[in-house]
Amino acid sequence: MESYPETHLLIRGVEINYLFICKTKLWYFAKGITMEQENEYVDLGKFLHERSYFGEEKEVQIGPIKIDFVKKGDIIEVHEVKKGKSMEKAHEMQALYYIYYLKRHGINAKAVLNYPKLRETKEITLDGREQEVEEAINEVEQIKALSKPPEPVKTKKCKKCAYYELCWV
Amino acid sequence: MRKKSLTLLSDGKLFRKENTLYFENAQGKRPLAVEGIYDIYIYSHVNITSQALHYLAQKGVAVHFFNHYGYYDGSFYPKESLHSGDLVIKQAQHYLDFEKRLKLAKLFVIGAAKNMERNLARFGAKHKFDELLEELDGCGKITDVMNVEARIRQEYYALWDETLPESFKIVKRTRRPPQNEMNALISFLNSRLYPAILSELYNTQLTPTISYLHEPSERRFSLALDLSEIFKPIIADRIANRLVKQGIIKKEHFRGDLNGVLLNEEGKKTVIKAFNKEMEKSVKHPKLKKNVTKKRLIRLEAYKLIKHLVGVQDYEPLVAWF
Ligand code: SF4
Repeated sequence: MESYPETHLLIRGVEINYLFICKTKLWYFAKGITMEQENEYVDLGKFLHERSYFGEEKEVQIGPIKIDFVKKGDIIEVHEVKKGKSMEKAHEMQALYYIYYLKRHGINAKAVLNYPKLRETKEITLDGREQEVEEAINEVEQIKALSKPPEPVKTKKCKKCAYYELCWV
Repeated sequence: MRKKSLTLLSDGKLFRKENTLYFENAQGKRPLAVEGIYDIYIYSHVNITSQALHYLAQKGVAVHFFNHYGYYDGSFYPKESLHSGDLVIKQAQHYLDFEKRLKLAKLFVIGAAKNMERNLARFGAKHKFDELLEELDGCGKITDVMNVEARIRQEYYALWDETLPESFKIVKRTRRPPQNEMNALISFLNSRLYPAILSELYNTQLTPTISYLHEPSERRFSLALDLSEIFKPIIADRIANRLVKQGIIKKEHFRGDLNGVLLNEEGKKTVIKAFNKEMEKSVKHPKLKKNVTKKRLIRLEAYKLIKHLVGVQDYEPLVAWF
């Protein structure tokens, strides 16, 4: 296993997620300006670093994603149960980032998105999508390097966003 | 569940048994749902076990203590759970860069003055502090800013006084110890407001020890003092004004003491009740376009400060529209 941390993998899965939801939110979150609701987010890197999990059944909830550390054959499954497809891109990219991350640590993984309401499942593998993940990583890093947050843009998402008051007061 | 502030007025014991917090007093033992507690205000003799404090720390609940006279003594402020190294640096930068500090210090005074003007209009003594604010504009030292602030306040008390009933004149604003009823009432309310502001700061990434108008050395949580300039008029003074003008607080709610005039037990209870009720009252926020409680306004002020510090938006102190 490669040693952790690797600088280019220092970003957290939830940051990839936020990149596809709102860049303002991403900036605040990355700077530690979090809202109560965000505090529960676990960092996969830290999790892998601190615990050995192989051979054990283990679940870890990382933001909206549940990683199921059951070894199925040779592969780890990243499971995600979703209500609808509204945040699909954000969640998909976050899952993809985990797969990418795990691969860098020599672990093969795939993601399964479950839509119980729609009775659908969708499998995600990294095949050929490394570049997409790397681009997202770069973009996250660029936003984190900004001296102030990107201008907020009011969208439907704002209403439910924990940062609503901070952004719009 | 919306978390609520818990006020303890009777003597007793606060302890933890397994995963439940209990308050036991003469009436018996009562479990408290810790998940529903935002912060705790203790006015009575309460024994707290260390297990209870550990539990409260774990849940991020601050506990504020008041002395025998009802004045703020200190807080159990759990190890901060929300950290932002970037914000601490920005906060310090705005303190160290004198121009930046002066700007914020003046803004707190402007906000305070505008809210005092707003009160006077409501109390029936319409007045503008234009001249003093102009003077403030030219101040180049924090002590000068403080000085103008003191004069604004003096003028404000004198004008407010004209509207107050004879037996509740402020006359001369005295503190430590207050020498008359109105002073005692205002001090008591300010004493309750300060830790409430502290609780809000605790729930943000702001460091309460770095302040701009007040010297950080003045009091441990001096940023709460800065913010209290804005909120004293719109929360504490308004409650005081209402309580005496509506005759809810009367002469008999006070007692004399070697330490000056003080609220008695009944008086304290009445004022605390009024304070708690006031904090939960909502007003429609013109920018957020939703109802927010008075308590939440303090949090919003903290958010505005954060935005100022990170360079998103210049701080504009809250001027009551209500
Ligand atoms: S309130 Fe809107 S603009 Fe602000 S962080 Fe949330 S989604 Fe982004």
